[in-house]
Amino acid sequence: MVTATATTEMSRAYQVAASVTDPELPMLTLADLGVLREVTEEDGVVRVTITPTYSGCPAMDTMRDDLVHALREAGYRDVDVRTVLHPAWSSDWITEEGRRKLAEAGIAPPGPAPRRSGPIPLTLTPPSSRVPCPKCGSPDTVETARFSATACKALRRCRSCDEPFEHVKEI
Amino acid sequence: MSAVSKMAFDNAYEAITEENDARWAYGTGFTDPLAGVDTTVPAEVDGADLAAYCLMLGDDALILSHRLQQWCTHAPELEDEVALANIGLDLLGQARMLLTRAGKADGSDRTEDSFAFFRAEHEFRNVRLAEAPNGDFAFSMARLLVFATWRLALLQRLTSSIDPVLAAIAAKGVKEVTYHRDYAAQWVVRLGDGTELSHERMQAGLDAVWPLVGELFEPHPVELRLGPAAVDVRELRPEFDEVIAQVLGAATLQVPDAEPLAGVSGKAGRDGVHTEAMGYLLAELQSVARAHPEATW
Repeated sequence: MVTATATTEMSRAYQVAASVTDPELPMLTLADLGVLREVTEEDGVVRVTITPTYSGCPAMDTMRDDLVHALREAGYRDVDVRTVLHPAWSSDWITEEGRRKLAEAGIAPPGPAPRRSGPIPLTLTPPSSRVPCPKCGSPDTVETARFSATACKALRRCRSCDEPFEHVKEI
Repeated sequence: MSAVSKMAFDNAYEAITEENDARWAYGTGFTDPLAGVDTTVPAEVDGADLAAYCLMLGDDALILSHRLQQWCTHAPELEDEVALANIGLDLLGQARMLLTRAGKADGSDRTEDSFAFFRAEHEFRNVRLAEAPNGDFAFSMARLLVFATWRLALLQRLTSSIDPVLAAIAAKGVKEVTYHRDYAAQWVVRLGDGTELSHERMQAGLDAVWPLVGELFEPHPVELRLGPAAVDVRELRPEFDEVIAQVLGAATLQVPDAEPLAGVSGKAGRDGVHTEAMGYLLAELQSVARAHPEATW
């Protein structure tokens, strides 16, 4: 039985899909963000599988559209973009390269996502986790809001240089 | 690389004239939030019951999302405006997947829009807690605390549903609703343990929400028939009470003692029997889609 060619990271179609950028975090590619799960080619059809970061992520439609256009531009006529929900996206999937690009853009990358079993504990005070300021490097920063311009980020402020900055939340 | 970065619209004019107009939120051509997900209903699960259950959980999220959206331009601070909008967006995302799942499970192939915009009030199966008008900020925070605490406990159990689609939607939702619950809990503590006035208003908000709590733990026959595909809401009460006691303790507030709001002949939100507020809410939610039924966006 002939199965789909599971594309290695070397394949050209993968390279094209992997270089499409996130519409809301344009410094990151979909591969950096960890939402690009798989690219396969079979009988001339390129099948791209992506996963949403958050359920309501409004960028999903744009990502699909950008993937189709990028691949068509690169000569692949038949492109099928699919969603996969399981396993749910985790901020741990942002690559090292992605973390470096976030920090360079002034956005603090996420720490390790919580691993939980049993009932989820309440957090009644802002978490004390130390998120270093991406501008001056000081560890003395505070969370000012749990939510920010996109679902995946929180707002923080540096107490050393006084700059506000965004922080990709750990989920 | 160059070919790809070129199509990423260096030129704004090119971007709007090119056939790709997704940047402007119109006509992406991708309307199915479950595109490519295997939506086969497991053999041991009844499709009609599963669809009804997806509508219950989807309508809870859709209707509360609408209430949260109504805070836009009315929130006390920009940060809270953004937070409430983000929470509403998460819930809207959950609703989109659940309504789409319903249309696949019952075999009707109805879309999320068809469920959201073209059902009548008695066909909505959300709990009445979700539809209650926003009231003041304290009422909205009390309602969000109750809703998120209950939904988080529910979704966490739903991650082991024998329907893999429902389990996957729940697993994503758990991560999101954890943040919603923390957000509401922190506000309840801040206001309850704040000034005399904020304490009084927060307690009043909780007292006003409480009659709507009982319904959350009344299992509907559909939920019971679905067995391991669904969650028996009666099991959620101990965890709910424990979390609420922890928050209200820190907030120096009292757990209200209120009789549950009666239904009509024993029927309530899950049966499509709603409060007066629901009709007004749906009029706002549905009027544009109904005035332009052929429109796409």
